[in-house]
Amino acid sequence: MTSAQISEQDLSVDRSRMNVGDEVMISMDAVNKWYGSFHVLRDINLTVNKGERIVICGPSGSGKSTLIRCLNRLEEHQAGTITVQGITLNNDLKNIDEIRRDVGMVFQHFNLFPHLTILENCTLAPIWVRKMPKAEAEQIAMKYLERVKIPEQAHKYPGQLSGGQQQRVAIARSLCMEPKLMLFDEPTSALDPEMIKEVLDTMVSLAEDGMSMICVTHEMGFARKVANRVIFMDEGQIVEQNEPEAFFNNPQSDRTKLFLSQILDH
Amino acid sequence: MAPANSKNSDAFVRTEDAPILAPPATEAGITGWLWRNVFASMADYSSLGAGFRSLCVALLSVFLLYFGVTQIYALLDFALFSAVYSDPEGVKREACWTTEQGGVLAKGWHAACWPFVTAKQKFVLYGPYPMEELWRVNLTVILGLVGLAWVLIERLPYRRQVGFGMLTVYPLIAFILLTGGNSDATPGSIMTWLIAGLAVISVGRMSVRGYLGSFMSEIGQFISMIGWAVVILAVIRGIVAVDFSLEPVDTRDWGGLLITLVVAVTGIVASLPLGIILALGRRSSMPVARILSTVFIEFWRGVPLITVLFMASVMLPLFLPEGVNFDNLLRALIGVMLFSAAYMAEVVRGGLQAIDKGQYEGAQAMGLSYWQSMRLVILPQALTHVIPGIVNTFIGLFKDTTLVSIVGIFDLLGAGQSAIADAAWSSPVQAMSMYVYIAVLFFVFCFGMSRYSIYMENKLSTSRKH
Repeated sequence: MTSAQISEQDLSVDRSRMNVGDEVMISMDAVNKWYGSFHVLRDINLTVNKGERIVICGPSGSGKSTLIRCLNRLEEHQAGTITVQGITLNNDLKNIDEIRRDVGMVFQHFNLFPHLTILENCTLAPIWVRKMPKAEAEQIAMKYLERVKIPEQAHKYPGQLSGGQQQRVAIARSLCMEPKLMLFDEPTSALDPEMIKEVLDTMVSLAEDGMSMICVTHEMGFARKVANRVIFMDEGQIVEQNEPEAFFNNPQSDRTKLFLSQILDH
Repeated sequence: MAPANSKNSDAFVRTEDAPILAPPATEAGITGWLWRNVFASMADYSSLGAGFRSLCVALLSVFLLYFGVTQIYALLDFALFSAVYSDPEGVKREACWTTEQGGVLAKGWHAACWPFVTAKQKFVLYGPYPMEELWRVNLTVILGLVGLAWVLIERLPYRRQVGFGMLTVYPLIAFILLTGGNSDATPGSIMTWLIAGLAVISVGRMSVRGYLGSFMSEIGQFISMIGWAVVILAVIRGIVAVDFSLEPVDTRDWGGLLITLVVAVTGIVASLPLGIILALGRRSSMPVARILSTVFIEFWRGVPLITVLFMASVMLPLFLPEGVNFDNLLRALIGVMLFSAAYMAEVVRGGLQAIDKGQYEGAQAMGLSYWQSMRLVILPQALTHVIPGIVNTFIGLFKDTTLVSIVGIFDLLGAGQSAIADAAWSSPVQAMSMYVYIAVLFFVFCFGMSRYSIYMENKLSTSRKH
């Protein structure tokens, strides 16, 4: 798909509630991370404000997933500071728990719990982490299952749903914790082409409601549509970041140009 | 040339529905079953080799069928058809003697002598437990069976609560009923322990709140847990010390099936939680927990159970200070418990290995704590995967309890064996009769566990269709 092929209709997004605020949600300052001797994140500096929709792209192995996984401490960084919602991530479990309560995450392979029904998947964290009464948690879960348009599947098990439906459940499950920020780690990479759209539509409508989100994805149409910033990473560094129009139409670095030419022209 | 739409034409198209026909005899009904399971493998005579093979299969089948039927008949004949069931004249061993041996049974008679087993019934089931106190054992077993059935049958209400009671209150009731309670702990010592426990809990609470510094706040939960353990132990000692006016029965007077059940049930009930904790410890990222668990597991797996039992009953008293005297059965129980926990740990670890890393991450990312994610997400899946392994360990443990007879505790097999030594019932079929009876008892328990495990597997797999 080239830029010219993106039609008017594709770009029609309700931007009325997509406001970027002044409040800083995330700041990463000189963050470095190693896997053994491999330097996977190299001097990352990034600030994300409330309401921002950021898309991170880049070749595989460039550290995109690692970067967002550092934000809720699924990965530990070894140098630099990461502050989420004013809480600095360190070894203090209380801080980590507090951040995870407010930051939702959606994974490439959904990571739904196969032994629980869809509804139980959604109510688990509200009941055990937020200490919510079961009835209230179920009410909220149904609200978000309706939001992702699968309330009728509530009593099925994840194994009985299609990939796209499972990923929408995963999004609903995160939303049940009423997060202030959503992280998406390649949410459509494991899906059949026809299911990608239903998941992307859900993500778009989430953005339209003003949710702050950071998405690692190769869906450039989605980036154009909802992102206010596109970040390009290569070899563990942020090589380029810009507004989507400028990023796609006028990339600055050679590596970005090469990457875009490879994923857009086929 | 064929007509345009004949069956021989390349472009044949059906213009009316083909009839729905009954299946051939080789597919349906009893004939179908017989064909598929018996005759299909011996019906091919199309070539010399195939014919030879079919003939061999047929001969082998006939031979195995004959062998199986005669063996089963021999066993049934021994145990049921030709067996002696009663001894109305009270002649004891002579009731099971043939004319050759001086009895009345026909020459060549060889079958079970059930009057002997009946006469030894009480000893085989209860050991030397006092006759007039047997109701206590029976009551314990009945309570246990009712509780177990309640937990296992899924239609009944309050299963969770009953299960909790079975793990907490029932052991206490069983202990008091079987031993008579009435331990010699003084109120003073119990109170001291109680106060000590409460003090430890309050230290733990204060640590959690952060009054005692950051290091203490991290281990505060652990301190509270130790305090609770001390308090619970003190309360149990207090309850056990109450005089229920039950005649005390020393564990030396326990025996037979009672011992087998006590050892097996304690081992089974304790090994699963201990094994789970050890398995989690072995996979922990904390080096201390990992090393301790690994050393524990490898130590107990590295020694035979017989050695453990010998150590517990012969060596341990040598290391204990003078006057301290552990009950022999209790020592064996602890040995069996720790031994089976090590095996269970490795079974559970196998289940944990099978869980995708994404499940841990999914749980973590939602903010569940380590213990929450283990309890709610990881273990339910891991344990379901290894139900066959868990039940395997249970059944192995149940049968391994026979080894306690080596340290002078008379379990089912040990009691049976000492019953055989009774000259009053001496006859050529005496030992055989007793062994058949014991084998049947063991089989009933082990087969029951096996069936329930298969039922659980099926149930849990249908609840999560893929």
